Amino acid sequence: MSAPSPEQAAGTQLERWGSDSDNLLQMLIGVQAALGHIPEAAIRRFEAALGVGRARIEGLIGFYAFLHHRPRGRFDIRVADNIIERMRGSRELAEALAGRLGCPPGETRVDGRLSLGYTPCIGMSDQAPALLVNGYAIPAVEHARLEQVVALVEANTPLADWPPELFEVALNIQRKDLLLEAAVEDGAALAALKASGADALMQVLEASGLRGRGGAGFGLARKWGFCRQAPAEAKRRVVVCNADEGEPGTFKDRVLMQDPQQAARMFEGMTLCAGMVGADSGFLYLRGEYRNLLEPLERELQRRRDAGLLGKNIAGIAGFDFDIAIHLGAGAYICGEESALIESLEGKRGNPRDRPPFPVTRGYLGRPTVVNNVETFIAAALVAVQGADWHRARGTEHSAGTKILSVSGDCARPGIYEYPFGVTLQQILDDCGAADTQAVQIAGAAGRTIPPDEFQRRVAFEDLGTAGSFMIFDQSRDLLEMVRNFNDFFVHESCGFCTPCRVGTTLMQKTLAKVSRGHAAPMDLDTLRRIGELMRRTSHCGLGATAPLSVLDTLDKFPALYRDRLSDRGFVPGFDLDAALSEARAASGRDDPRAHLEGDGV
Amino acid sequence: MIEHFSLDGKRIPFQPGQTIMDAAMQAGEYIPHLCHNPEFRPRGSCRLCVVRANGRSVAACTSPAREGLEVESDTPDIQADRRSLLQMLFVEGNHLCPACEKSGNCQLQAVAYYCGMLAPDFTHLYPVRELDGSHPDFVLDFNRCILCELCVRASRDADAKGVFGISGRGIGAHLIVNAPSGKLGDTDFDPHDRAAQVCPVGAILPKHKGYDVPIGRRIYDRKPVSLVGDVADHQEDMS
Amino acid sequence: MREQQAKKVRVATCSLAGCFGCHMSLLDIDERLIDLVELVEFDRSPITDIKEVGPSDLGLIEGGVCNAENVEVLRAFRRQCKTLVAVGACAITGGVPAMRNHYPLHECLDEAYVNGLGVQDGGIPNDPELPLLLNQVHPIHEVVKVDYFLPGCPPAADTIWTFLEQLLSGKPVEFAYRQIHYD
Repeated sequence: MSAPSPEQAAGTQLERWGSDSDNLLQMLIGVQAALGHIPEAAIRRFEAALGVGRARIEGLIGFYAFLHHRPRGRFDIRVADNIIERMRGSRELAEALAGRLGCPPGETRVDGRLSLGYTPCIGMSDQAPALLVNGYAIPAVEHARLEQVVALVEANTPLADWPPELFEVALNIQRKDLLLEAAVEDGAALAALKASGADALMQVLEASGLRGRGGAGFGLARKWGFCRQAPAEAKRRVVVCNADEGEPGTFKDRVLMQDPQQAARMFEGMTLCAGMVGADSGFLYLRGEYRNLLEPLERELQRRRDAGLLGKNIAGIAGFDFDIAIHLGAGAYICGEESALIESLEGKRGNPRDRPPFPVTRGYLGRPTVVNNVETFIAAALVAVQGADWHRARGTEHSAGTKILSVSGDCARPGIYEYPFGVTLQQILDDCGAADTQAVQIAGAAGRTIPPDEFQRRVAFEDLGTAGSFMIFDQSRDLLEMVRNFNDFFVHESCGFCTPCRVGTTLMQKTLAKVSRGHAAPMDLDTLRRIGELMRRTSHCGLGATAPLSVLDTLDKFPALYRDRLSDRGFVPGFDLDAALSEARAASGRDDPRAHLEGDGV
Repeated sequence: MIEHFSLDGKRIPFQPGQTIMDAAMQAGEYIPHLCHNPEFRPRGSCRLCVVRANGRSVAACTSPAREGLEVESDTPDIQADRRSLLQMLFVEGNHLCPACEKSGNCQLQAVAYYCGMLAPDFTHLYPVRELDGSHPDFVLDFNRCILCELCVRASRDADAKGVFGISGRGIGAHLIVNAPSGKLGDTDFDPHDRAAQVCPVGAILPKHKGYDVPIGRRIYDRKPVSLVGDVADHQEDMS
Repeated sequence: MREQQAKKVRVATCSLAGCFGCHMSLLDIDERLIDLVELVEFDRSPITDIKEVGPSDLGLIEGGVCNAENVEVLRAFRRQCKTLVAVGACAITGGVPAMRNHYPLHECLDEAYVNGLGVQDGGIPNDPELPLLLNQVHPIHEVVKVDYFLPGCPPAADTIWTFLEQLLSGKPVEFAYRQIHYD
């Protein structure tokens, strides 16, 4: 089957998504998937059909890492390169692929067969190293699988014909508690809504103490209550499930959505929310890295429509009309921030909005919008059926219930662990078989770096809040590599909107490289701290405010990482002096002693 | 009923719905800013107007004023943060003031003078960026763009042309022109556009009038930005 | 009198990749030069004929760092001077010479020595006596630690005088609004 023309590809997307420019991002994702890039002719077609300026289209292509104006190889391979994947050999994997396929990372092979590159965490830290081929994840790419991938690429086998077992992803559920053990029938939460009514269920949610599981921990009943009270045209509120699980080291939402029962509950939780707040549209914003979940989730939505659990008069409640559309992300971590996610849903660059107004009063297209994550909607659906006491039976006073953690790194049993809130880090480390632990990075790259003398601290909103990432580093690891990996990640993922994050991440990157080379002087550490604290205070959104945390935490709690690498000079230049003469040496053909600069600092 | 908040100890009146910046400007109090222009929807991206309001750091241009709010702006630590932000903007682009026609009429410079910045201090990034001389009346010098998006907003909201946009992200975020060629000369950009008059730096520069007003006699050469205001309010001084 | 002389502050100055405009501005302090020489004596400087910088209290550097010799001179200044000052736009930002950072060095060299107007039998010089150019021009604070910055192209004579007077009298260095400009 030959590829469609750019006009045809754009036309297909216009048919699928309608002539609504809010869906522009989804259309571009569709063209990218069909053609491997977004050609000029497709851009012109969208311009004409949607009445949008090409600057907006170019702005999207430039913003989302998975969209490209220039052709990519037929097989677009991205090796996940979070620090956990690095520890499991992601760089060696990429180098091996590069060698075997004759295509260095960052390039496209001349025959157009493949492009090779790196990408941040793809939610496979428990089965690393992993990669994406045209957006589809292949986990655990050890030696035999590597050979298999190389052979399939060289044979030019269409991706659809690759062996399905390559794409099988293990669940690795290691510990179950309330959520993962609950046996509740499909549709039960909506039956509860029909039986008790929204007011009564709101009280149940309130009494349950359920708080959002995305990290910030906003009270769910309060959030839904605000949205419900926000003025809106008849039931034109919006429910959004944030499945843009991009925090490095997190994969529990992927596991939940892979499990058909939990995916059903997630949709039911969204539907319950819609019934309670008065919403008619729902979105699941699924990160592009979870592309392989799209079809199963679409099938589940269809099943729910067929079963009367979505659509008109849902669950037999007259006038309760609601449906859910799935929107894909396209490689932008910032879109996990709820207001950036809404911008992305509207087909825009994922720049976080100013708050206030908050999404609960002005969200998607200005409509009151609830945004919660996968785990939260599942918990809400269960609480509606099982009641407040069931939920309160676990956890602490301020953090009721349980938290699902994604455990990865140096431990015997990576995977997902559900614990009552209040569990200590030490307990988790013991359970997953971690030994000789140097540090735990909790809540992802944007989280805190915890040294052993704090392992009695607890996972709870009142102590260490987390969306679920739990990365373990033993004594053999160089934590500066972790810090640099996270900083590189934020350089890649900063949206570029505000000055401190856009420039600060890059200046930090340069200074950290200097530390790593052994060229840093104490004043460079002062610079790191100055930039970090400036970002904490002045960034526009949480990304910029949390991006410097691992630097600041390690400066405070692991000072030897930096101290032991300091130069004995009071000052070392930010660049290599002798290397800075390389171009002149090459041009003049000189290599005499005076064509070199010795030493560095003074 | 008129409500009030305090700005560095001064009582500032405000109407409901006004931001801290709106009310301060109305009261003639200066809070440093680059991406803000009261004609357009506030954006809050340059972060120079970050103040401490009841102890919390917020952008004055996007934060609503509230009764009884205690706002600190002109304190040594906040001014130090502003200097750092300005230094970031200076090293991010190629801001070679002696070679720039906007010098003296440049708000980036003026705010840096006001905040006491003596040097960019950080490591210069020296990005390689283009110069677009395709338009008969304007030069577009991307070396000096600070991504305030005032031209983007003005062209979209005041001129209804949408000549400018932003592409890329992170440190690669950059201004783009809404034409297949990417050239300003291939758009309907016009000297009478509001977008032609709002650039706070030397990124959008009129041709044919270089150094009509000599260096030393320009807007910010004699008086600080806190007294003479934004460059967008001084078009007559530059024509 | 001799005792007073012994207390004179020793000042060294030089121009790296600069145009000597900052030095001209220093001379522009006019009759205050007479006051200045009461307070200071000069080490290496275009004003003296001293070739190598010796132990000094104050070093004033004009110009950015564009070649290997600039690096060596700057490092010598840093070693010898208790206080080092970046004077002028080029020392602080690279200035006009840094406009070449937009181009790869070989293009600059080709333009000057191979393809340039009027060049005959062109070729890129390879005499070991000539200092090699750095890939990019840098401000001096990227090569050595700098204690003070005096912006301007050049800094006004008045600014330089204010700085020297305050520094030499041990006062905190502060400028009036009109004394600070980057152009």
